[in-house]
Amino acid sequence: MSMIKELWAFMKSRKKFWLAPIIIIMLLLGVLIVLAQGTAVAPFIYTLF
Amino acid sequence: MIVLGISAYYHDSGVALIKDEKIIAAVQEERFTRKKQDDGFPKESIKYCLEEAGITLDEVDYIAFYDKPFIKFERLLETYLSEAPKGFKSFAMSIPVWLKDKLFLKETLSKELKKLYLELNPNKDKEAKAFKSAVQEKFMFGEHHQSHAASAFYPSPYEEAAILTIDGVGEWTTTSLAYGAGNRIEFLKEINFPHSLGLLYSAFTYYTGFKVNSGEYKVMGLAPYGEPKYVDMIKEHIIDIKEDGSFQLDMSYFNYTTGLTMTSKKFHKLFGEPAKERESTLTQREMDLAASIQVITEEVMIKLALNAKEVTGSANLCLAGGVALNCVGNGKLLRENIFENIWIQPAAGDSGGALGAAYAVYYQELQNKRTINPNELDKMQGAYLGPKFSDEEIKTYLDSVGAKYDHYSDEDELIEVVSDVLVANKVIGWHYDRMEFGPRSLGHRSIIGDARSQEMQSTMNLKIKYRESFRPFAPSVLAEKVSEWYEIETPSPYMLLVADVKKSKQIEMTKEQEALFGIEKLNIPRSEIPAVTHVDYSARIQTVHKETNLRYHKLLSKFDEKTGCPTVVNTSFNVRGEPIVCTPEDSYRCFMRTEMDTLVIDNFVLYKADQPDFTDDSNWQDEFELD
Repeated sequence: MSMIKELWAFMKSRKKFWLAPIIIIMLLLGVLIVLAQGTAVAPFIYTLF
Repeated sequence: MIVLGISAYYHDSGVALIKDEKIIAAVQEERFTRKKQDDGFPKESIKYCLEEAGITLDEVDYIAFYDKPFIKFERLLETYLSEAPKGFKSFAMSIPVWLKDKLFLKETLSKELKKLYLELNPNKDKEAKAFKSAVQEKFMFGEHHQSHAASAFYPSPYEEAAILTIDGVGEWTTTSLAYGAGNRIEFLKEINFPHSLGLLYSAFTYYTGFKVNSGEYKVMGLAPYGEPKYVDMIKEHIIDIKEDGSFQLDMSYFNYTTGLTMTSKKFHKLFGEPAKERESTLTQREMDLAASIQVITEEVMIKLALNAKEVTGSANLCLAGGVALNCVGNGKLLRENIFENIWIQPAAGDSGGALGAAYAVYYQELQNKRTINPNELDKMQGAYLGPKFSDEEIKTYLDSVGAKYDHYSDEDELIEVVSDVLVANKVIGWHYDRMEFGPRSLGHRSIIGDARSQEMQSTMNLKIKYRESFRPFAPSVLAEKVSEWYEIETPSPYMLLVADVKKSKQIEMTKEQEALFGIEKLNIPRSEIPAVTHVDYSARIQTVHKETNLRYHKLLSKFDEKTGCPTVVNTSFNVRGEPIVCTPEDSYRCFMRTEMDTLVIDNFVLYKADQPDFTDDSNWQDEFELD
């Protein structure tokens, strides 16, 4: 719950509500990916992080 | 008031603890875990900082994190969206990591801190739960470049200053200009991702066959062997530099926004070849490319500084961000005399962000008064902010491995003996007192040798550090005598300024020698101190000050008394790819694995010939990934 609150506060302060649907879908997909993979391995190019 | 600053989950995790205005401790996690540029949760560093301060975890008033993960995530998403469907592979690889560990950082950090609390207070499960809720109220997140700017300005000796931060990328910002006065920092200008000087330098690092995010200093070291013959081509096609130092990259030459490489096919076509394989033989071409990107970087740095001067009108400049570790660029900036004074944060990279985040909370958020002590060089205490070990701890370890040593309770006697070893052209591992914070060894975890020796550079590169022969070494010099040996008048206590060896100490090249190209110049004696004179007669200088490093100062003074030379070679105490040593055990192991002659750990002196056979439990070449 606190995570959703944090996300909402972020979108509100940055005025980026249009990101909401993308983030929600990604969170759902992300949960699936993370659960399926167990571990997540980062690619090496550092701009991603 | 106690503020704990944390930088993590990006690269090179670090922690700093301040008590009011004073830095109690600051350290990088890699030094404990022995994993170069460790980006994990800095548990060991936090433990050490608390121990140094003599406090418990719940006595910390605020926990400052050095960047804002949501805004970084916003950048990622917007960048991927703008280039979709290109970049799906990189997207699919990075998003799970983000969702799992990096996005909800408050939760991740409080979980880790709770684990640490339980480790430090076993069987206190109930209290740990209360601690976790309490700690969430203590978090404060600063922006990446705000943390860099704070790390550059607040510990500096200036009441007011212009502040430039230049690096790869933070949230969106890659370059910023700010003005600091008293306890406030105001941001005036910024350049945003994907236009980044740091990433441009990294792209050339990648293209010339070095590792991104660690090989940049090798490109800088390689530059003097080359001719900057690609400068016009780079300016014509890749970067548009404006008069005020702002710049724009033509992104069709790069692949770093959504790809898994730094440069694109168009970049390779422009320079006529694909990116060089890692660890392949260097040719004159790589040296010319290195020289060219170095020239471009210096031009941007100088133009940015000119603009900073014009906008702020200040006589002082503070620098931080990874590009501020480009000491050749810093030296040029100094010689341009744009500012009367320049101060560079010694931990200019991301680990230093931990210190900046802590100071930003203390001064900017909580509006505490900032005072400057005129008797101090700055607030960094020489950057000697890491762990130290007592004689008893050192003795216990040395005895446990059967090491043979001499113990000196009289410092003067020790200095006499060690300076004799230096004069005899031996290589010494010098471990003393508190470890340095930041990437440079400054005479507390250093390998030192006689700078007058013609063979010292290749001996140290090939037999001690096991690294590329072209890599130059830096000198430590008595602060009072720096201008007798080098073309510099200002102190450079953190080895972040490059200047030429004094003309009178240089040995002129013959016409035949001048005609030599690139690496062929390496073996020509260039000055009275060849071990620290680069092929272009430059040297990356560390001035040694009585106020911050008395014992090292005494050693250099004694060496000067015996030889008339107040300068020695100083390189980091490690082998290639290894984090700099921290404990007596790290130092002894590194000493025994290499062809170092003598090891000094505080008051103990060890000679290689006296030591028992050393059985290495692992091969360092397997243990450390090459940088």
